[in-house]
Amino acid sequence: MKNQTITLTNLGAKFGTEMRKYAPLIILIGLTIFFSIISPNFLTSRNILILVRQVSFAAISAVGVIFVMIAGGIDLSVGSQIVLTNIVLSKLMVDSNISPLLAIPLTLILGATLGALNGFLSIKLNIHSLIITLGTASIYKGAGYIFAESRNIMGFPDSFRWFGQGYIGPIPVPIIVMVIMALIGSFILTRTYFGRYIFALGGNEEAARLAGVNINGMKILLFTICGFISGITSVLLLSRVFAGQTSTGQGIEFDCLTAALLGGVSFKGGEGTIFGLMTGILIIGVLNNAMQLASFPDFSQNVVKGAVLLASVGFDVYQKNRKAKETIARVAA
Amino acid sequence: MNENVVLSLKDITKKYPGVLALDRISLDFLEGEVHALLGENGAGKSTLIKAVAGAINLDGGIIHVGGQNHHQMTPHLSRSMGIEVIYQEFNLVPTMSIAENIFLGNRVSDKFLVDYETMKSKTREIFKLFNVDIDPMTLVQDLSPAKQQIVEIAKSVSKNVRILIMDEPSAPLSVSEVEHMFEIINQLKQKGVTVIYISHRLEEVFRISDRVSVMRDGQYVATKLTRDTNRKELISLMVGRELKESYPPQSNPPGEIVLEVKNLSGNGNKDISFSIRKGEILGISGLVGAGRTELAMLLFGAAPIESGEIWVNGKPVQIHSPLNAIQHGVGLLTEDRKGKGLFLEMAVGWNISFPILRKLSKYGIVSAKAENKIAEHYRQRINIKTPSLEQRVINLSGGNQQKVVLARSLAAESGILIFDEPTRGIDVGAKQEIYHLMRELADNGNTILMISSDMEELLGMSDRIIVLCEGKLAGEVQKEQFSQDYILDLASGTH
Repeated sequence: MKNQTITLTNLGAKFGTEMRKYAPLIILIGLTIFFSIISPNFLTSRNILILVRQVSFAAISAVGVIFVMIAGGIDLSVGSQIVLTNIVLSKLMVDSNISPLLAIPLTLILGATLGALNGFLSIKLNIHSLIITLGTASIYKGAGYIFAESRNIMGFPDSFRWFGQGYIGPIPVPIIVMVIMALIGSFILTRTYFGRYIFALGGNEEAARLAGVNINGMKILLFTICGFISGITSVLLLSRVFAGQTSTGQGIEFDCLTAALLGGVSFKGGEGTIFGLMTGILIIGVLNNAMQLASFPDFSQNVVKGAVLLASVGFDVYQKNRKAKETIARVAA
Repeated sequence: MNENVVLSLKDITKKYPGVLALDRISLDFLEGEVHALLGENGAGKSTLIKAVAGAINLDGGIIHVGGQNHHQMTPHLSRSMGIEVIYQEFNLVPTMSIAENIFLGNRVSDKFLVDYETMKSKTREIFKLFNVDIDPMTLVQDLSPAKQQIVEIAKSVSKNVRILIMDEPSAPLSVSEVEHMFEIINQLKQKGVTVIYISHRLEEVFRISDRVSVMRDGQYVATKLTRDTNRKELISLMVGRELKESYPPQSNPPGEIVLEVKNLSGNGNKDISFSIRKGEILGISGLVGAGRTELAMLLFGAAPIESGEIWVNGKPVQIHSPLNAIQHGVGLLTEDRKGKGLFLEMAVGWNISFPILRKLSKYGIVSAKAENKIAEHYRQRINIKTPSLEQRVINLSGGNQQKVVLARSLAAESGILIFDEPTRGIDVGAKQEIYHLMRELADNGNTILMISSDMEELLGMSDRIIVLCEGKLAGEVQKEQFSQDYILDLASGTH
């Protein structure tokens, strides 16, 4: 009798997890169908490329962000890191006249350093990374403003244009980078022991420590990776905008977080997939793009995005509570 | 004790999807009796409590209490009938004082502002009854688990409890604290309170209860007068078959010294020295707070060593982290399986292979084949009952969860295994399996340190016992000298 119940409840639980896995995809397909009906310009290859390129920057950063999130942390400073690295990269190329070939690696190193600092502070001060990165976000952004001296930095070498504006075949470079990052991220998370450690850290930090994982090292490394990836985003964004402005990249963490949560990455850690994340990113892209096509004002787009986020996370929590109740019921029995 | 029935259950039935959790349970509880409820994990004890407390909806049956029949209970109704439950997880607000906790949601007077004076004096009154002396304004978070439990009991007394249900109340307590709890229970009994006592520990049932009822697989099995029954009978009623509770003996003489601890200090322990031989099971005894788990953490590198040395296989080793310990062949099976041992949301196979992932990886990529092979090997080796390796650990029973933890240490090829409370919260049948596994491991050349609060288990399983008291080594006891009294003397520092 006992075995039978295990398999029965398994089926129920399995159906629940399957639902959760595919719910974002179903939402994405539903939205796509809906908008292609009301706007004939929506589902054209040209528009799709525009749409994806629009979100590709946030998507790249988001890969780094979910590494941190699956491990149970959070990085709210991504956008501010980009503000700072953007200005530094601009000044390196324009004011110091350094070739992009050298300036870009320097920017990536700076990004990684900013990330490492987040990680270092969160383990040394032993404060949740939500608060740490809220603080460093303000610091990084402020530093960016200071370096920028309220200038609009222009006059980059033309060779720098390719990263954000170029194409490989018909595909814009940022989209290619996004796909590569997603594939690497997914491979790391699902196939490597490092990926397992990330899930372990978010699933049960103390158990991970007692199983021999160097959790402090892991945390620093994950924030460093997140910062490095945001460095990549920063380079692409600067090349796309082609002017060093403090507005570039601001608030990008909101899209990263929304996409992650839409895609089923748990806020508490231990759960999440790149596939879900990318679905979440595309949902944001579709909403942005369709509302622009339908010429919604900017602020009403914010309202819709916020509502979609709450609805999907609400659904997620509802599912989890139901599952928890089932587990309790089973254990009690 | 008299024959007044205060609570009568008739044909109580509760269904969960695919399982009959309670199958027409009928049971009477008498005024002023201590009624023990026994059963293996999954027998339905917790569900029955929830039914009485009104925490779940019934699918059938009648609860007769306070002169009325009820087809459904609600938490409020249950309370108003004087039924109080003390669950394993205490229901206290840690940041509030004892008095505030006791009268939480209960106004003690008609004054507009909180009447601390009345609360304090009423709390003292109850404490006096229990013969305890704690300042009512102490914050609950500053209390030991034993004192917190007293606060829980005091809380129910303040609500004029008539039927007190205690779920595994002795689990967080040391031996002397359990004695004190028994005194309190006797006090309540004299006041005519009915105590329903749920415990895995049979000796406690014999110590405290008047009658004992046994449940199995959601069904009522029998009720016995405690003085008319015995251990063997109760166990066979619980498991539904004759089960010898036995401790497998040592078959080989112990080999060379494998682990030697020299003047080790740190994590609250001071100047601890002992050694242990290959194939030996060394019991570690002590009261709660004596530093047993702390010592385990120290040996495992999970807490910093202040001074002293650890020698493994005749060589001094540096253990600064759990990783170091694992590399030197030390494995820890923590007392807190769910909190510190397992990744509950992850699959069985995932959990087993976790500490050896690096070994199973090439260029950082985990070989799924190698992983499955090793997980499957240990699943069969120690008979983990799970539908598949993909099953999430949270869905397994306590005994099988413990086996997953064990499988993990075995997969890591740890020759020195530290078992911290290996059978806590595990039912009788699974306990036997764990005992046999431990002995088999020792016979196969592993070395085992076993921390246990269960005196019987400690005496039965150990080849030698060391006793800790307040972070210091209080003594070492050879098999010939094993006696509960002697060990308790050492543990309480009276020797």
